[in-house]
Amino acid sequence: MGKAIRYLFLIVGLVVFGYPFVWMIIGSFKPELEIPNLKLWSSLMSLNSYHQVFTKIPIARAFLNSVFVSFSVTACVIVLGSMVGYALAKLKFAGKSILYVLILFTMMIPFQITLIPQYVLMVKLGWTDTYLSLIVPSMMSGLSIILFRQFFLGIPEALIDAARMDGCSEFQILFRLIWPLSVPVIITVAILTFMASWNDVLWPLIVVRDRSLMTMPQLVTIFVIGGESESQLGSLLAAATLLALPVILAYAFFQRYFIESMSSSGIKG
Amino acid sequence: MTTAALFRDRLRKSDSQGYLFVLPYVVYFLAFVAYPLIFSIALMFNRWNIVTPMEWIGLKNFIRMIHDPLFFKSLENTVIFLLIHIPLQIVVALGLALLLNSKLRLRFFFRAVYFMPVVVSGVVVTILWQQLYSFDYGILNNILSSIGLPRIPWLVDAAYAMPSIALMATWKNVGIYIVLFLVGLQNIPAELYEAASLDGASRADKFMHVTLPMLNPTIIAIVILSTIGGFSLFIEPYVLTGGGPMQSTLSTMLYIYNQAFYFDHMGYAATLGIVFAVIILGVVAVQRKVIEAES
Repeated sequence: MGKAIRYLFLIVGLVVFGYPFVWMIIGSFKPELEIPNLKLWSSLMSLNSYHQVFTKIPIARAFLNSVFVSFSVTACVIVLGSMVGYALAKLKFAGKSILYVLILFTMMIPFQITLIPQYVLMVKLGWTDTYLSLIVPSMMSGLSIILFRQFFLGIPEALIDAARMDGCSEFQILFRLIWPLSVPVIITVAILTFMASWNDVLWPLIVVRDRSLMTMPQLVTIFVIGGESESQLGSLLAAATLLALPVILAYAFFQRYFIESMSSSGIKG
Repeated sequence: MTTAALFRDRLRKSDSQGYLFVLPYVVYFLAFVAYPLIFSIALMFNRWNIVTPMEWIGLKNFIRMIHDPLFFKSLENTVIFLLIHIPLQIVVALGLALLLNSKLRLRFFFRAVYFMPVVVSGVVVTILWQQLYSFDYGILNNILSSIGLPRIPWLVDAAYAMPSIALMATWKNVGIYIVLFLVGLQNIPAELYEAASLDGASRADKFMHVTLPMLNPTIIAIVILSTIGGFSLFIEPYVLTGGGPMQSTLSTMLYIYNQAFYFDHMGYAATLGIVFAVIILGVVAVQRKVIEAES
């Protein structure tokens, strides 16, 4: 295939995957009647749609909720996941192989089974409509434990033994010696966990009904289907832009890491 | 040595801190995996609306399921979604990966843009496509009518709605599969192509007899991953169509969600959840067998 034809196809792809985002962002500034056309410019650009979103729904609060929840979940998954991964890779204890099989087994359970009983558990604990219900059920993940274990197995035993001789506790070894050596796997786990937590809608819809505790994608979902948007295209696009922007910005800076992590989870998962 | 003595011996030799390290996971496992699993099995035999006490009803949830046309409709819808989504995904991802798999300028830029829908929330994608698909004002129909073609009832006609959602889901996820195919393509040894050239193979021959067979593991992974992903189809129909028109986009996950959290039928929803999970595991096992047998 000629180079020109290749580029032609690739540029068609570029329009198909990129144009809708550009259209969304520009559309959020355009007056209502001009949104449906393909043009990317209007002489009447304004912030009206954003003004509507901010007055109708507590979107700033939802953004902070999402930031708090996603950062907490990610921190827990990294700290606790690396502890379990380290124990599986480098420590000797009875029941280790059983635990490993158990973790692999939990990764195979479709979430459709545990969704409802987990909700019931939240109700029984009185955690619905609290941050706990958004954070605690996600603070461990089988995949990240396995990713950590896999990576730690490649770290030489001699290094760890030397640290033990120097009188380091296992905690010190993990957090002072192993962690600095494990930046790539920490980044992978961080991106996977953060993205999954940030973008999750189903679980927040189930456990949070109080608007001041809703996460950003959840609040935008409610805004779209709950009629508050009054079918105003501009405010829908503004809400979608606000929801997409933090992720698109992070993606723009760390693009390579995003692509590597999110596709590596595909292979290993 | 008896088993108990053996166990004690191993206990003595082990690093006691190991237990400390895995303790959080054990607690988590008991609370958020083991307990829910057992509880959902108990729920299968009960009627429960979460408020009043549970009522033991034996197998009535199963009997109800067998006679529930909407459950089967939702399974059918999910299968229709998978049958369109997976082949489309593989063809588009492979096509774009083949285009990208050469030393073109800007190829990393192209790849980054194709990957963008993967990172944004499904809610954003759904809002966008709701506008693209709008019958009267949507960009897609505006383009069609401007070149003299009839408008398509993307989301308003029962025959079109699920395929439209499958198309949208492909747009959203294809980036991951492009990258997986690129990795697969780069792992094919160049000698294989050279040997094929010496034998006088054409481009098409090389694609059919070198590229495709070598990509088989990637294709297996993609089929299984997108099957599991496709079975959890929820947010797209929830936001876009609410399951309509005429229940044509009611996915199984959306139906279970409605049973549990709209009608408060916890026991029945748990039953559906377990049956659905067994179906998913079964389908994936069969896929694995079939694909492995063919290769």
